[in-house]
Amino acid sequence: MNKDTSNINSLENEAIYIIREVAAQFERPVLLFSGGKDSITLVRLAVKAFYPAKVPFPLMHIDTGHNFPETIEFRDRLVKELGLELIVRNVQDSIDEGKVKEETGRYASRNQLQTTTLLDAIEEFKFDACIGGARRDEEKARAKERIFSVRDDFGQWDEKNQRPELFDMLNGQIDLGQNVRVFPISNWTELDVWSYIEEENIEIPSIYFAHKRKVFLRDGMIWSADDEVVYRDDHEEVVEELVRFRTVGDMSCTAAVLSDATTITKVVEEIRESTISERGARIDDKRSEAAMEKRKQQGYF
Amino acid sequence: MEVLKIATAGSVDDGKSTLIGRILYDTKSLTTDKLEAIEKTSKQRGYDYLDFSLATDGLVAEREQGITIDVAHIYFSTKKKSYIIADTPGHVEYTRNMVTGASTSQASIILIDARKGVIEQTNRHFFINNLLRIKDIVVAINKMDLVDYSEEVYNKIKADFETLMSKRDYQDQKITFIPVSALKGDNVVNKTDKMPWYKGEALLEHLEQLSKADIYNVGTPRFPVQYVIRPKTEEFHDFRGYAGKVYGGNLSVGDEVIVLPSKTRSKIKDIYFYNEKYETASRRSSVTITLEDDINVSRGDMIVKENDLPTIDKQFTANVCWMDATHLTPGGKYVVQHGVNKVLAKVDRINHKIHPDYSGIEKDVTELKVNDIASVTFKLNKPIFYDQFKNHRTNGSFILIDTQSNNTVGAGFIQ
Repeated sequence: MNKDTSNINSLENEAIYIIREVAAQFERPVLLFSGGKDSITLVRLAVKAFYPAKVPFPLMHIDTGHNFPETIEFRDRLVKELGLELIVRNVQDSIDEGKVKEETGRYASRNQLQTTTLLDAIEEFKFDACIGGARRDEEKARAKERIFSVRDDFGQWDEKNQRPELFDMLNGQIDLGQNVRVFPISNWTELDVWSYIEEENIEIPSIYFAHKRKVFLRDGMIWSADDEVVYRDDHEEVVEELVRFRTVGDMSCTAAVLSDATTITKVVEEIRESTISERGARIDDKRSEAAMEKRKQQGYF
Repeated sequence: MEVLKIATAGSVDDGKSTLIGRILYDTKSLTTDKLEAIEKTSKQRGYDYLDFSLATDGLVAEREQGITIDVAHIYFSTKKKSYIIADTPGHVEYTRNMVTGASTSQASIILIDARKGVIEQTNRHFFINNLLRIKDIVVAINKMDLVDYSEEVYNKIKADFETLMSKRDYQDQKITFIPVSALKGDNVVNKTDKMPWYKGEALLEHLEQLSKADIYNVGTPRFPVQYVIRPKTEEFHDFRGYAGKVYGGNLSVGDEVIVLPSKTRSKIKDIYFYNEKYETASRRSSVTITLEDDINVSRGDMIVKENDLPTIDKQFTANVCWMDATHLTPGGKYVVQHGVNKVLAKVDRINHKIHPDYSGIEKDVTELKVNDIASVTFKLNKPIFYDQFKNHRTNGSFILIDTQSNNTVGAGFIQ
């Protein structure tokens, strides 16, 4: 009867506050949706922030064309169920138009190519704020990221010249042509996200749970061999293993982990005991120690 | 889970990054791949120890120069709490970074190098923590291993710091002294046997037992309206909800309220958090409120309790921390962002500059430069609804935005 909101997660309160600030301060916001657990969490928070009204901005998915089919199927169902607007822009189109060149060889990935497609889409729709699910605990360059992070006309991040952010006052004033990347779950850790998904009973794509998959081993990591996307040498032997994905990006840069966690509770337990960081399964960060910082400067999400 | 945000302050080479790295290491928060990266780089540089500062210094320039440039946020958790540490660098733009880090923190760690003792920088660090009214401060006297874990050295530093404490403005601060060695791990996460004369807790033990009552400044409830929710659907045809965060104290259904600036009276009808109704909205919750009466409320308005009005005025005086390369001068125009409310402001006068090393004030100041702290009077183009910072942390603070560059150029604490 006498319910009190004090037990509601403080990270959730903070995220809802940030999402509402975006709707209030910007003309054309968009939520960048990848189909991964972080952006699914963002959608949940946005729905909560504006209830009983509809989420006042669309979702946008930059489709590399190398997504897990389960992710795309999930995306379309989610959007339909929640009555949200979805914009899709394809990296394949950027390749066809000659704007970017496909990488080749062993470590080829379309992950970097996304940046061009994203920046073009921001210009096309004149988006002034892009909400994303990046978290500061993911990577050390991201630890320096603001909640409202200003990007210049070229979509670039000037990491040495960031606005100070004080209390919870978010300064969204920008010039024409600039845009702001907004990170409502900046202060969440991977475990926080999983615990929230468990607590809220949020549905996530099946690839996050343990399943049998044809894989091969390279550089101590497990790669999906289920499809033609990941380049595989003939000598790299395909085996079937019980795996799940801990982070879901482009198939070409996301490695699986051995796991028998078939329920969300088991996944949370597994994360709690894990000794490898989430981005340890991301080949794109391993290119160099400063890989993420460099991509961010160029406008990567 | 309970989240505790902590700011750290220390001069260059006091071992701040090492302390944070040590906390991460001893709480097993560093994952194998991160630890391997640290081991690899430490070895490359020819160190015979693990350089934990590598865990936090995220930018290329920082690793090159071996210093921390920008505020970094570090996350770890214990069974009891989630922690967020704002690692604020101690040089060049120290005021800007420290004020920024401390503004969102509930507790603060000030580091002192046991070999150097209380230095001018320590005064500044303490001053800023006091200015921001951080309730719980830990003075970590670091590098005790380099002074043979001497009780005498510790006592001398403690006594010097206590002299400083007598000068402070905000007396309710709780200050705890802990002798540590971040490099060796003494009294950081685990109690050491090297200083049997120290009877207190290790640093993390102390943080673990801090309760909400210890760290939060309580005031009166303020509800700045962030966003108006009007679904206009069949089911919620007449729904008019005011979305926002509750600051200072709780609000409950049935409370007699006044909406500012119109001063219209009404009563709280419902409190929503998503699709559930609550009797009480507690401090810092992001809720949606509906009122009994159909009145015109928009973003920037404030809902307050009837007998608890803030000051409503077109001018105020505040302590300002100037954070930009441009200079603040009398007559200068800025946007004041006070919570979610924005107004145009003009600098009426700079009353005096405050030396953050406790050496007094300076009058007849014509401009403020980066890192300056001063008492400034502003005139506004329309009234805002504020409290004094000492009574209300949120409703007594604001940021200054440059109208040309749109940058956040200063922070203020209303007097």
